Amino acid sequence: MTLTMILMFALLGAFLGLDVVSFPQAMLSRPIVASTIAGTLGGSASDGLLAGVFLEMMALETLPVGASRYPEWGTASVVGGALYVSREGDATSALLFAMLGAMITAWVGGWSMYALRRLNGRWTKRALPALEAGDASVVTWLQLRGLGADLLRGFALTALALALLVPLTTIAIAYGHGDSATIRAVLVAVAVSIAGSAAWKLSHGSRHGPWFFVGGLAIGCAMLLRP
Amino acid sequence: MENQTVRPLPFLTATRMVIRMLAVQASWNYETMLGTGIGFSVEPALRNLPGGRAGQAYHEALARETHYFNAHPYLAAVAVGALARVELDERLPPAQIERFRIALCGPLGSVGDRLVWAGWLPFTVLVALLAYGLGGGPVLVSTFFLVIYNAGHIGLRVWGLNTGWTHGKRVAGSLATPILRRGPEYLARAVMGLSGLALPLAAARILGHSEMPIADTARRTALGPHALVFLLLAIAALLGLALVKLHGRVDGWRVALLIVVLLALHSVAT
Repeated sequence: MTLTMILMFALLGAFLGLDVVSFPQAMLSRPIVASTIAGTLGGSASDGLLAGVFLEMMALETLPVGASRYPEWGTASVVGGALYVSREGDATSALLFAMLGAMITAWVGGWSMYALRRLNGRWTKRALPALEAGDASVVTWLQLRGLGADLLRGFALTALALALLVPLTTIAIAYGHGDSATIRAVLVAVAVSIAGSAAWKLSHGSRHGPWFFVGGLAIGCAMLLRP
Repeated sequence: MENQTVRPLPFLTATRMVIRMLAVQASWNYETMLGTGIGFSVEPALRNLPGGRAGQAYHEALARETHYFNAHPYLAAVAVGALARVELDERLPPAQIERFRIALCGPLGSVGDRLVWAGWLPFTVLVALLAYGLGGGPVLVSTFFLVIYNAGHIGLRVWGLNTGWTHGKRVAGSLATPILRRGPEYLARAVMGLSGLALPLAAARILGHSEMPIADTARRTALGPHALVFLLLAIAALLGLALVKLHGRVDGWRVALLIVVLLALHSVAT
């Protein structure tokens, strides 16, 4: 991957990282979208979508509830999609290492969001006298500073992750000799179990919820069995 | 009756407020949470206070509106509308406005979390996964998701602002609307049904992409070419069951990370 490509992905990571919380929370940062856009940028939208579907299933259990600390899937999905589309070598091994890279980035991204919130807190504390005086320019400045810092966070995280992970995944793919079918099967089983358990934890308490699940599952399996 | 007497927010002011509300969490922090964002979003309306931007009333109101506030970011629109109304039209005493602000936090947080984060978001994600499982391409799947999700997202923000402005200090009653009251329950059922439907289809499509050495064997079984999918669904169900049992103690994504790390190490080591 060239430096120009890394910078382009970093710019995308910056904007999609911003969408996670700060602006506009339109869910462009959901893996199924973010990874697809990264894939398109890297030359294969369908590969980006495939990586995005895996990450989306793993991200389904993450609820972006206010003060909680959670993995940041926006920049992580850009990193995952970028790693997968820019692969050199076996596609399934590349998918495995792209998923691994994305999940580590999501973890680090969660910590970076926590750090940003602490930083916002310090800036707000420092601006308290002006806020108590009802100074509109300080209110606007705090908002813009928060947006700018989040944009920078996404850019730096994506650029650093790709700069570190592209060479590492290239080496790992070259040395990786795992059975493609097994790798893909394990990835699918893990992703489906995370998504399924997330949906169950969120919604099984609804009236007749488990029956809706069984009904959906029966229709899904019947559709698979159709000739 | 009340609605007929309320003058609407000027269009330009309302537009400014909606755009600013998209950045309501821009300076989110653990001390004031959404406070600065609420002040930022209400500010265009406060310009209409007596004396305009240079007036004492404007500065006092803006100072109040930047205090601590916590709510769901989309439903914060209800608070923004209601606070604009009480500051401009109802002219409540400052202490009463402060109490009103605090009283709004709880309901707007819990209703929003249940309706959006635990309902609308997983519902639309599962619709997108279903579209993928049924063969949708990258443009269709991602556009479909964004259009459906944001129809609800933007609709909720605009409705929230209008409702808050219309009802002012009596806005709490509007939170009992059927969509907010019953919506999470209906969405939860839809999420359950969709997860059962979409996940096997998405899994089958992913596996259909790969060349499976065991697919030939699988074709000879009673379940046909998707025997492998059913076997994996059974394994996924067991792992999922374990995650449900460990709810609150273990995060699923951490377990997934551990498994992926082990798989990667195995892949490199063999």
